[in-house]
Amino acid sequence: MNGIAPGAEMLLDIRGLKKYFNVPKGVLHAVDDVSLTIPKGKTLGLVGESGCGKSTLGRVVIGLIEATAGEVFFKGEDMLKFNDTQRSHFRTRAQIVFQDPFSSLNPRMSVHQLIAEPLLINSVCSSRKEVDGKVKELMETVGLAERLITSFPHELDGGRRQRIGVARALALDPEFIVLDEPVSALDVCIQAQILNLLGDLRKERGYTYLFISHNLSVVRYVSDEVAVMYLGQVVEKTANTTLFRKPLHPYTQALLSAVPVVDPDAKKERIILEGDVPSPIAPPPGCRFAPRCIYRQERCSAENPVLSEIEPGHFVSCHFAGSLQGGK
Amino acid sequence: MPDTHTPLLDIQGLEIRFNTDSGIVHAVNGLNLSLQKGKSLGLVGETGAGKTTTALAVLQLIQSPPGQITGGKIFFEGRDIMGMTESEKRRVRGNRIAMIFQDPMTSLNPIMTVEEQIMEMISLHSDMSGERVRERALEMLKLVGIRPERAKEYPHQFSGGMRQRVGIAIALACRPSLLIADEPTTALDVTIQAQVLDLIRNLQKIVNTSLLLITHDLGVVAEVCDDVAIMYAGRIVEYSNIRSLYRKPMHPYTRGLFNAVPKLESELGVKLAVIQGLMPDPTDLPKGCSFSPRCPYARDICMEKACGMKEWEPGHFVDCYFPLQNGGRTE
Repeated sequence: MNGIAPGAEMLLDIRGLKKYFNVPKGVLHAVDDVSLTIPKGKTLGLVGESGCGKSTLGRVVIGLIEATAGEVFFKGEDMLKFNDTQRSHFRTRAQIVFQDPFSSLNPRMSVHQLIAEPLLINSVCSSRKEVDGKVKELMETVGLAERLITSFPHELDGGRRQRIGVARALALDPEFIVLDEPVSALDVCIQAQILNLLGDLRKERGYTYLFISHNLSVVRYVSDEVAVMYLGQVVEKTANTTLFRKPLHPYTQALLSAVPVVDPDAKKERIILEGDVPSPIAPPPGCRFAPRCIYRQERCSAENPVLSEIEPGHFVSCHFAGSLQGGK
Repeated sequence: MPDTHTPLLDIQGLEIRFNTDSGIVHAVNGLNLSLQKGKSLGLVGETGAGKTTTALAVLQLIQSPPGQITGGKIFFEGRDIMGMTESEKRRVRGNRIAMIFQDPMTSLNPIMTVEEQIMEMISLHSDMSGERVRERALEMLKLVGIRPERAKEYPHQFSGGMRQRVGIAIALACRPSLLIADEPTTALDVTIQAQVLDLIRNLQKIVNTSLLLITHDLGVVAEVCDDVAIMYAGRIVEYSNIRSLYRKPMHPYTRGLFNAVPKLESELGVKLAVIQGLMPDPTDLPKGCSFSPRCPYARDICMEKACGMKEWEPGHFVDCYFPLQNGGRTE
């Protein structure tokens, strides 16, 4: 679990991806020139605060919304240029699990119908019996008792509902799964169950995950590599252990220092950021983090830093990344 | 002034039920809890444990029907709150006991300026002149870090973190002796959460109020509280000062809760320990200890009769016959 070896086969290769939305007040830069890669069988954790564009990114790479510009190579082919046939095939290979198991399931469908839906749409089973068998198999995989097969979502707790979401995503045996805050709506005990389930599935079946979360402890727990987003851009990306041990971007440092530690004696240097995240409509010129950065210099508000490799495998987008080590 | 030995808040054997179509929900079952003046107490539990219901009972805001306080007493500053008349209760609410809610988006009035909302609270509980009330409201805004020129703005013009600051300003405007904060930072991003927790900690000292912090986040409690109570299925299962409880969680549920939280500094690739099963159905609580069906250490007696709180170590109370003795973590 020490990051990603160079030269590994990239399942997903995102290059210069942009997604802008036209809103009444102007153009919202939700994702602004993001490049990321995920090797086969690995998990990339994508962290950031509300509105940083992480969910939009997840939806673009899965083909739920269209990109404004850029390329997304899935197994070497640009999925943004797929024709309809290619796209429907791609959608069986790539799946998503949503945050809210309360609103992402159709309340009028039973567990059986919900899990069978992807199987029926893609006509992967030749008979009703085969569908039933597959649904039961999927329920077992995600840890849902068979007696729940006729239940409706409102009869189940959040953890079980999220298991249905996972079962739906697994139904077509995809290669790549976007997990968009899959445990944020759950209590810690249920959260632990779902995290273990996702970990086991990855180990057994070699899935590739894009794990989107605002919770750094959860990302730390599941990821091989971690990318930190701020206002539509990736500000830091490196191996899991490196990021948490030696964050180089001032935003990452502040983010990590803000996480409450489950230890009353932990005395740590806390960096309290001033103000809020600026609006993604007409973001500030230069470095987007500059208005809140405690180290900002004149250069920061004039010139936008590029994501560059400060150390092998450690990418940071900051003019002074090398000189800010250790949070000082 | 009550003497220093009387707790500021003392809840004894509180029982709260809700009559619903699917049966009687036993939300709070024989809860005992006390809070000393000037201290901060964290009330921790999962969804449905009864944390918010307990807080609402303290403020006498349980809607009835369907809710009903069926037993117990709540003493605040030595007085029995449940025995008060409605007008006495109104003088306590917002004035002596104030509350901050989880969702700053919905707990503010969208068609009143933030200044008016703070002034409303002050004029309700004091006979200050209008000018003086306004001055006080502006003082409060300054205290929570909002520039006075924003006083005439409406809630929708503020960000989530700023709205929660407004909520705090309203709550503290009458200098209450008890502040109840119900998941005050759950809806906020982590950097904003750090700002708000910092603010609450500082203001608690300045205003000299006691704090009852309701949360599901053990990390937040560790940052802010002196004491902590762990709640499960409507009762307290463990209570102690924070250091003792975090060093040595003794109730199997508390231990399970700690083990289930992924930590920034934990080893990679280690599976999270999971408490088996789910919270019991509050309409059909198990006999004996309500945690016994999920407890890996449960024995026959646990299924028969709940143990009740016992002081296993000085100041460390656990509701369990067989509290875990070795420390919660490998040292």
